[in-house]
Formats: sequence, C-alpha cells, structure tokens
Amino acid sequence: MVPLQWYIWLSVALFMTGVFGFLTRRSIIMMFLSIEVMLNAVNLSLVSFAHFLNDLRGEVLALFVIAVAASEAAIGLAILIALFRNRATAQIEEVKEMKG
Amino acid sequence: MNPYLFGYLGAAILALSALSLTRKNPVHAVLYMIVMFFHLAVLYLGLGAEFLAAVQIIVYAGAILVLFLFVIMVLNIKEEMEGERFSGGWPFGIAIASGLFLLVVLITGNIVPGQQGPYTPGVIAAQTNTKLVGTLLYTQYIFPFEIASLILLVAVVGAIVLAKKKLR
Repeated sequence: MVPLQWYIWLSVALFMTGVFGFLTRRSIIMMFLSIEVMLNAVNLSLVSFAHFLNDLRGEVLALFVIAVAASEAAIGLAILIALFRNRATAQIEEVKEMKG
Repeated sequence: MNPYLFGYLGAAILALSALSLTRKNPVHAVLYMIVMFFHLAVLYLGLGAEFLAAVQIIVYAGAILVLFLFVIMVLNIKEEMEGERFSGGWPFGIAIASGLFLLVVLITGNIVPGQQGPYTPGVIAAQTNTKLVGTLLYTQYIFPFEIASLILLVAVVGAIVLAKKKLR
C-alpha cells in the first residue's frame, strides 16, 4: 500500500513546479497555467487526506476549489483579452502602468 | 494503490507539468497539461474519489483548458513565442521552489493522521462515493454550495463585461 506521505510529497512537488512557473515565466498565459497546476496540487492533497482519514469533506472542499478555479480562469482570461486589446502584449514586464 | 502504478503516475504528472510549464508555445503547454490532468484523474480513481475524477476530466480538461486554448487562438500571440521565455530570476525561482519543497518534506516526514471520519471503505462501498458526496454537498454544505454558484455567476458577468468591446 502507498502511504499518505507519498501523496503529500507528490502534491508538494507539483505545487512547487507551479510556483517555479509562476515566478519565472514572462507570458501571462503561462502564469495562469501555473496557477492551475498549483490548484491541482492542493486538490490532490485534499483528496488523499479524504481517503486516508475516511472523511469525505476533503472531496467536497476539492469540488469548491474546482469551482473557484473555473471562475478564476474565466475572469483572468477576460482581463488578458482586455489587456491585449489595449496594449497588444501578453508579457508581464510590458505592463507597468501601476509602477509595481 | 499499487506502488508501481503510483510511481508511474507520480513521475508522469511531475514530468508532464514540468514539460508543460517550460514550453515556448502556449498551445503545446496546454496540450501537455491536458495529459497531466488525465493522469491526475487516474490517481483520484485510485483514491476512491470517482466523482472527483469525472469532474476533473469534464471541468478541468474539458472546460478550463479549452477556454485557455480558445483565448490563445483568439489573441494570436506570434511575437510572444520569439522572445525570451523566462524572466531573469529563474535561478531565484528554482531556489525558492526547492527550498519550500525541502521544508514541507521535512515537516511532513513523520506526520500522524488525525481523527478518523465516519466514511470507512465499507460505508462508501454500500452507498457509492457519488451519492455520499452529493448528500454532503446538499445537506451540510448547502450554504457554501450556494456561494459557489454565486461566485460562478459573478465570473460569468465579469468575464462578459471585461471582454466586451464597448458597453452601451
């Protein structure tokens, strides 16, 4: 049998892949994809805890995470379309109106 | 779950996500991501979460990533693919990611599972996973469920308002 730790470590490694992508990619689309990877890593840990603790609340929480991820993707991509219409770029370094 | 199957799935998930997040062409990245989500759905099946595995394929691979593909096709980002794909701080990114990974592995090395819930494999086998999740969702978690539907409604309206050319 596979212990709980393996699932947690896989989930953490997946999350860190997403963190690396989010910190280093220049394209806004790739940053959104990294966010999706991170949310999936969290879902994996929720489902494995639900399985190993005999408690289905983890799976219910994972469903809510999926719903929030769907709305986040819709809003984020709509912002990206509005940005592309005004600036004709999807590179994060070109967007500096806010002086961040 | 069979350890060999887990090893294959874990290695495939990590390799596919790393491949996906380092591609220059966003379309290739999304296609790798779809394969990764299918592997993740198999992992959910092994954990006894049948409903979530179906939702993973239908909502993530079927809806969210198709939305990504749609936006990539609409935007027609040719010049994006010619420039540098990473920003200057990628060693910094690797350092932060591997440092956090080591930290969490050290912390979770001797984790002890807490209090066991009432949904043992026998109960789930008698009532099926989907029915139990649905019952929880529509009784104990009915209020968060309604809030989730409100969030989706806000996302629909917000996406249309943001992406529309001119609001009259």
